[in-house]
Amino acid sequence: MISLAVDLLLWTFVAALAAAAAVRSRTLMWEGLRDGVLDFLRLIPRLVFGVIGAGFLAEVMPQDVIVSWLGPDSGILGLTIATIIGAVTPGGPVVGFAIGATALKSGAGAPQVIAFVTAWSLYALQRVLMWELPVMEQNAVWLRMAASLPLPFLAAAIAMLAGKP
Amino acid sequence: MPPRRRISTFDWSTGVIAVAALAAGVAVYLREGQDRFLAILVGDVGLMAYMMPKVLAGCVIGALVTLLLPREVVTRWIGAESGFLGFVIAFLAAVILPGNPLTIFPVAGALLVVGADIGAVVVFITTWALIGYQRALVWELPFFGPDFMIWRIIVSLPLPFIAGLLARMAIRARGKGGGP
Repeated sequence: MISLAVDLLLWTFVAALAAAAAVRSRTLMWEGLRDGVLDFLRLIPRLVFGVIGAGFLAEVMPQDVIVSWLGPDSGILGLTIATIIGAVTPGGPVVGFAIGATALKSGAGAPQVIAFVTAWSLYALQRVLMWELPVMEQNAVWLRMAASLPLPFLAAAIAMLAGKP
Repeated sequence: MPPRRRISTFDWSTGVIAVAALAAGVAVYLREGQDRFLAILVGDVGLMAYMMPKVLAGCVIGALVTLLLPREVVTRWIGAESGFLGFVIAFLAAVILPGNPLTIFPVAGALLVVGADIGAVVVFITTWALIGYQRALVWELPFFGPDFMIWRIIVSLPLPFIAGLLARMAIRARGKGGGP
């Protein structure tokens, strides 16, 4: 149900954007559609390996280790470990979410996984090196990373206080 | 505008994931037998089928928004405002823009060049990283389900502003200290 609603929402958005592009010029619309489809085709290998990898990895992951290090009762140490693993996990949308979902399935606590996803979203080292440093002033990059340090812990703390998800 | 840099088909992080996926698959097959292996594989293929239309829509949205909203326009919006309003505009712009680092970082870099408030630039990048709708719907939802995704986004809402304020405070402190 939700999946269908999301598909509908996304494709309505696609139609609206394509119409907006067509108003400017037909060429612009076709260029956008073609670029999007090409990006999709290029993502397929990652998608295949990411999804299949997540399923198998969750199966072989030693559950007791995950629970004791990253489980709901792992406290500040668990959050710190989750944050560090998140920061060094390479970028690309499949990798981080696949690892996070695997950990959640294998018994990690939700706040710990939120800390992981937050740290990965903010730091993903490879993304910083490949995309951020080449186009931004170095000082600004370090400043952004320093200002982001508390965020994974704050996100986990808010989630714990709210008792969700 | 310079030519758009493309997503590469295969990079080293995909390579690492591919090796891990194959190794885990072999381990499951050897340890738990063919039936369990096939059950997991069928489940994963189902998940993939569920993700495909979302990922395709997400890619097309990304490409169209990139063409419709040139980075010069975004730079002008964010660069023009300062103070809290600057934070809010940076936040909204990052929510709208597609979740692609090829679009985001050049905009952020251009903002710094035109002298925008560093706090707003940090808000912009942080919001994009944590709250982009496109990445959430396309990738996070299929892997985690709606409950996790929605709550993760809710708890993340204040975070870009906190990072922006911290960045601004750090710059001010450095200014007062009269450092290099």
